[in-house]
Amino acid sequence: MALGLATAAIICAALVYELTRARLRGVLARWREQLRARQPVALRYDPGRERRAEQRARELLRSCVNDEEWAMYRELGFMRVWGRAGTRYAYLIYPHKPIVAYVPGNGTMLNEYCVAFPDSSEPYGSARLPDSDDVLAKWMALTADEHGLIADANMHLPGRQVDPERVRRDLVRLARWERERGGRGAADGRDDRDRAERVDANVGAGSARAA
Amino acid sequence: MKLLRMKPGHGEIVLAEGDVEIPEQERELIEAFRRELDAGMWAAVPTETVGGRREAELVKSFGDVPRDAERVIFFPRAAGGAPRATR
Repeated sequence: MALGLATAAIICAALVYELTRARLRGVLARWREQLRARQPVALRYDPGRERRAEQRARELLRSCVNDEEWAMYRELGFMRVWGRAGTRYAYLIYPHKPIVAYVPGNGTMLNEYCVAFPDSSEPYGSARLPDSDDVLAKWMALTADEHGLIADANMHLPGRQVDPERVRRDLVRLARWERERGGRGAADGRDDRDRAERVDANVGAGSARAA
Repeated sequence: MKLLRMKPGHGEIVLAEGDVEIPEQERELIEAFRRELDAGMWAAVPTETVGGRREAELVKSFGDVPRDAERVIFFPRAAGGAPRATR
């Protein structure tokens, strides 16, 4: 008896849902639209405004970093900052991703440092800085107070948020990019270029073996 | 000297601009500087060394800002780990 009633109830519920689904969707859509209309105009996502914000941020970044760093960011989408503790290590700065520490000589990834610069005032409904402002904030904090920033950041092993394969590819791209740029930044980029040449040689050797 | 602030959805905005050698303008710069620090922002001065290396210097008071600095950039404090009492 109970089983029969339960089955009937389930069938009834399924039927009611099936009959009212389209109407429910309409009600939900209207409700969302009303919520959106109530939101102040300034808080709505505006792709044009975000694009202009990013353009301003890029100009500011360009005016602060050196030509090589700017070209690196513009062409590769990330920036390398050398460590200042005397040992040979460097950081990769990606917009809105953790800072990745690595050893330029062999490309070994050391750590990810998760750090963000949220603006609690949320002027346009978001605490998120434009991409290039995020990169500039990391660059300023790293070059001004590397140890302070690293101490404040959440440290993780490589691969938690940034795909290690992507980092490896980016390091190879960086090395090739530096090689193509020739003498500019020669001393700084030597290790990365050497590594790219080794990668190229390995790829070449692999191709030769395959042939 | 210009005081700039990074702002989500906008890019940087000019908070104040003036000549530090003119007392009235310097006062306005100092007031704007304090307001931003009180709001929890960090302040950085982009610099260039003699060798051409670009870097930044974090400053905690207007007195720390080099007199010849062209701009001070305010940006939100870093979040991600435990805050340090010394900052």
